[in-house]
Amino acid sequence: MAIFIGEHTRLVVQGITGRDGSFHARQMRDYGTRLVAGVTPGKGGQTFDGDVPIFNTVADAVEEAGANTSVIYVPASFAADAILESADSGIELIVCITEGIPIADMMRVMPYIEERGCRLVGPNCPGLIVPGICKVGILPGQIVRPGRVGIVSRSGTLTYEVIFQLTSDGIGQSTSIGIGGDPIIGTDFVDCLRAFEEDSQTDGVVIIGEIGGTDEQTAARFVSENMTKPVVGFIAGQTAPPGRRMGHAGAIISGSEGTAAEKTRAFRENGIAVAERPADIVDALHAVL
Amino acid sequence: MNIHEYQAREIFRAHGLPVPDSEVVDTPEGAAEAARSLGGRVVIKAQVHAGGRGKAGGVKLAADPEEARDAAGVILGMEIKGLRVRKVLVAPTADIATEAYVGIVMDRVSQRPVMMVSPEGGVDIEEVAETTPEAIFKETIDPRYGLLNHQATRLAYRLFSDPSLARAAAGVLSGLWRAYRSADATLAEVNPLISTSSGEVLAIDAKMNIDDNALFRHPELEAMRDEDAEAPSERRAREAGLSYIKLEGSVACCVNGAGLAMATMDLVKYYGGDPANFLDIGGSSNPDKVVCALEIMAGDPNVRSILFNIFGGITRCDDVANGIVEAMSRLELRVPLTIRLTGTNEEEAVGILGAAGFKADTDMDRAVQRAVRAAGVG
Repeated sequence: MAIFIGEHTRLVVQGITGRDGSFHARQMRDYGTRLVAGVTPGKGGQTFDGDVPIFNTVADAVEEAGANTSVIYVPASFAADAILESADSGIELIVCITEGIPIADMMRVMPYIEERGCRLVGPNCPGLIVPGICKVGILPGQIVRPGRVGIVSRSGTLTYEVIFQLTSDGIGQSTSIGIGGDPIIGTDFVDCLRAFEEDSQTDGVVIIGEIGGTDEQTAARFVSENMTKPVVGFIAGQTAPPGRRMGHAGAIISGSEGTAAEKTRAFRENGIAVAERPADIVDALHAVL
Repeated sequence: MNIHEYQAREIFRAHGLPVPDSEVVDTPEGAAEAARSLGGRVVIKAQVHAGGRGKAGGVKLAADPEEARDAAGVILGMEIKGLRVRKVLVAPTADIATEAYVGIVMDRVSQRPVMMVSPEGGVDIEEVAETTPEAIFKETIDPRYGLLNHQATRLAYRLFSDPSLARAAAGVLSGLWRAYRSADATLAEVNPLISTSSGEVLAIDAKMNIDDNALFRHPELEAMRDEDAEAPSERRAREAGLSYIKLEGSVACCVNGAGLAMATMDLVKYYGGDPANFLDIGGSSNPDKVVCALEIMAGDPNVRSILFNIFGGITRCDDVANGIVEAMSRLELRVPLTIRLTGTNEEEAVGILGAAGFKADTDMDRAVQRAVRAAGVG
């Protein structure tokens, strides 16, 4: 079953003829994802790698190829409109990999997404992977292993590191999802925790947070009030100075808000086992599973 | 990106806010001239990207041009929170009857801009929020419709009961929203917004932060960047497309990905060291970037040890290895280098590094411990 993606996923890649879009379209298809279409305006009627139809619009990809999920690799200045186009075309799950979308653009996108009732993951995220079944995004397929632990994270390579350490120890994953490092994102920790709680193939969850904002605190309250499955947490950025943006647009301590210490405390107070190092996540999982 | 008060004043003025005339100068003599042309008493304000300028002695009153010269002489060259003052703003003093706070911030929880006002202005608004949260009033702005007239009116009457003052304040709030929206700001505030005894409403301060992600469509704002406010190493990193923040420790870290970079710094601390920097080389394995990253880290006099931590996914470890080898052939490194690489093309990378005489580890904890030991602290 996993969360959000799986065997039912019929993927359209927005920006399939671009450098990143074409590379990852191949990676996703080779991994087993059902890639049904690509979209590049002006290249409708052509094919990608000989057999994937390219359309001018997402609406055509939905109508003619039955796409239900889209992944976006278009440049930041066009990405907000790419999200809106997918939402307007009846796509159910939109995964936006693009980094650097202006905040004002995302503020206009969010109410539209909510009205259409579709789900957005990202932007500025690595996407999702269900080991052995399907991947949407850029997570490396070779480090995952099928299993029963769900992973949700605001980061990219730190998520890979954690997946890698779990896999090396024999702990498989049900779904890994990177929700993105921007201040405004579509799917938050709580959405993922709720889905993992309901997912019959997930026994426990790893949540990887970082400095900035208060999403981790909200997630911690959700865990204590609504979750029966064990949750292990990690927070990056204990050594981050206040007021500086640590790479991710959303990773910034503003005033006294958003520190790693505050988030770690919220995790602990709400029954989430906090790992001090990424390597401790493995032990913490063994202790609760 | 932060901009200076004098730049924010220009933007606010262009959107119809009642901002008194002012001049920005970089010499004491210039301050005297500005005071002369403005006439009367003036205030001299340090233009630095730091709050608490008044407390730090960066704001002074002057009764005449001579005093303005002296005050500017003291403030120019002063350091506030580590930033040298290179420019001062000279503005007429105002006859202040009341001081209010008005501002717009990007609120992450509601995912919308929120306008906040408080009749208790002129002080640190975070302090007001903590001690008397009931003195702060908010309206959430729907980004599709913008600040609605009735929202501006509602907030304005929280500041002033007098209708003519409230009307003027509502105009300020609408103008502030237009400035915020058109500049792709993440913060726009006036603290204080004053009323005078003659019944005027004036914005005598201005602050704005601009969304870095939106600068591509605002060359006029990008041109406002104060490069002197950045550490030279940070400026060089920005121009090379690296995300770098200098810290005070001795273990330099070069990592791909912001989350892993933070986790690596934390691990340095865990094993008894102190990180010298945050540095994310991103997904690119371009050797020039690796060279630039190494030069920046090696150029930090506090650095005693350099650590590479690369998790190959999209980034190929062999590309980074080639970059390191290439960089090392161009550079003479005076501190030990520890390399951790794992993931895509890890074996090729270890081979490339080995052939050039470098050892690479695949375990993050082991590599961090080694780098900390190499710095002589752990």
